[in-house]
Amino acid sequence: MIITQENNVTVDNVTIEEELYLPTMARIASIIPMTALEKLFYLDLPSGTSLGHRPGQFVQVSLLGVGEAPISISSSPSRSNGGLELCVRRVGDVTSAIHNLEVGKYVGIRGPFGRGFPYEKFRGKDVLFAPGGLGLAPLRSLINQVIDERASFGRVIIFYGARNPSELLFKEELDQWAQRDDLEFHVTVDRADEAWKGNVGVITTLFRKISINPRNTIAITCGPPVMYRFVLMELLGKGISNGNIYLSLERHMKCGVGKCGHCQINHVYACQSGPVFPYSEIMALEEAL
Amino acid sequence: MSLTILRKQNLNEFISALLPHYRVGGPVKLNSSYAFRDIRDPSKLRLDYPTTILPPKKYLLPVKESLFRFNLSHPQVVQEVEMDSPTVLFGVHTCDLNGIQLLDRVFTRGHIDPNYVKRREQTIIVSIECLRPCDEHSFCKSMGTLTADEGFDIHMIDLGEAYAMDANTEKGENLLKYAKINPASTEDIDRLNSVINAKWGLFSYHLEFDVSELAPLLSVSMKSPLWEELGDRCLACAACTNVCPTCFCFNVKDEIELELIRGERVRNWDSCQLDEFATVAGGHNFRESRALRQRHRFMRKGRYILSTYNHLGCTGCGRCARDCLVDITPVKVFNELYRQRETGGRS
Repeated sequence: MIITQENNVTVDNVTIEEELYLPTMARIASIIPMTALEKLFYLDLPSGTSLGHRPGQFVQVSLLGVGEAPISISSSPSRSNGGLELCVRRVGDVTSAIHNLEVGKYVGIRGPFGRGFPYEKFRGKDVLFAPGGLGLAPLRSLINQVIDERASFGRVIIFYGARNPSELLFKEELDQWAQRDDLEFHVTVDRADEAWKGNVGVITTLFRKISINPRNTIAITCGPPVMYRFVLMELLGKGISNGNIYLSLERHMKCGVGKCGHCQINHVYACQSGPVFPYSEIMALEEAL
Repeated sequence: MSLTILRKQNLNEFISALLPHYRVGGPVKLNSSYAFRDIRDPSKLRLDYPTTILPPKKYLLPVKESLFRFNLSHPQVVQEVEMDSPTVLFGVHTCDLNGIQLLDRVFTRGHIDPNYVKRREQTIIVSIECLRPCDEHSFCKSMGTLTADEGFDIHMIDLGEAYAMDANTEKGENLLKYAKINPASTEDIDRLNSVINAKWGLFSYHLEFDVSELAPLLSVSMKSPLWEELGDRCLACAACTNVCPTCFCFNVKDEIELELIRGERVRNWDSCQLDEFATVAGGHNFRESRALRQRHRFMRKGRYILSTYNHLGCTGCGRCARDCLVDITPVKVFNELYRQRETGGRS
């Protein structure tokens, strides 16, 4: 059982956490290559179990003999059907080995860990998503949750930035989002290729395209460390308050349960108090951004 | 509970009686220093030791331990690891007892760590009162760890010809069934009082301020120029964290046999002083400079751990000061920060 600190919501994940460090084996049901570096893995949990996660939480994924790595959950609870989806970038030993796996193989899963988005509090408000690069992987979980409860939210705005068109993730879904009348979807790339007809420029260039109601908007951002200060300047400049801006921070969680120390931001364990934080909670932490 | 007396000539017999039933750990002499070792020959136990290279933490949080074993020919199966046998730790100084009390909080707060807790539950701690400072590096008196009234199963006080045995728990009482002990007489109690009274004057305060001021001092020292000075000197060797009784950070990794079939997931001690500690897979290091890593270490010892666990992260044992090759010590760092604050940043 994990009790989130946000509003004492009890999340039932007891079915897959028999022992703290013992992974549950999940079968790879399908693999979708997305870019040169990223693949989307659909994983089936043992029958009768479910992850019971919140958008924004992560799992520890392991390949026995290689090791374990923290990966954010890309699927939304509203669409989880005894499984989960992980967008994995091939960047270290574990993720490289996972990229070499085929359908039918098993990976170990521990979790879900950490504090996700308190999206129940966002109902009735406008929601602005600003993922950069791989930052879409954790935000997609919440974006699809919001889409599946679309009537509960006000405007839904998505600003997505990638370095170039070939690095865009979830391309088919991006097309669907672009076609929906009830989403304001804007995408940009830092550097275009010949086929690209859309916006060119860093993600902050998108913010000038629309006006928002700063009193009723929740902003959610996730991306590489360098992106945060520029996106924060835009969001704060639009008048959104510190407590209405949420960030998902990357750290190298080794245990996921608040012991090993690798994810610490000053005294805060990102694996327990995060990875999702309202900006108001981390603005005074020297090591956060 | 009860205070009893164990004559020194009966100590070896006591330990010999325990050996068939328990793994017994305690300080032994190794060349010029001392270390906690498994005791097989009771005469090797040295309860009058000054300090040990590593704290007894290693019996509860081993340098390396298996989290589970696996066999790649049946990849769905993971096996739990068997724990060590019941253990008695002899001769634990009260500074190290204080460190163990912190570890108890760390590994039982929030998620309960199964490995630590199983090991802790079958560990019996026999601590000993320190009657003289280990050396010039100990600053236990400043940190309030010069004695202890809890955290042990039995506490021993050296009365000269005998030990006073203060059993504090049922586990401790039961252990004393293996010992030839007598009830403490009025003379024994008098002797105990004079021994305890005599010790306090032998220890001195090393911090130039009261320890209750440490966390507030550190909270206004985040931008002190001292961190850069320490960063310039620090070799990032991690000796300080390796010998610390309250450092509990660890790494998790898989190790596989040469036949590439059987293996285990292990955790081993790790250090925030090492380059890769806060580095993510993509290469970004969230604590890249040694200055920031030293700051993180001292902030943890005096402030972060206190705020999370309501227990200081420094016991005053002095091990990190003894082992630092470039003379970075908690006493000097804390006192320098105090002086900087008193002079408004001008040192």
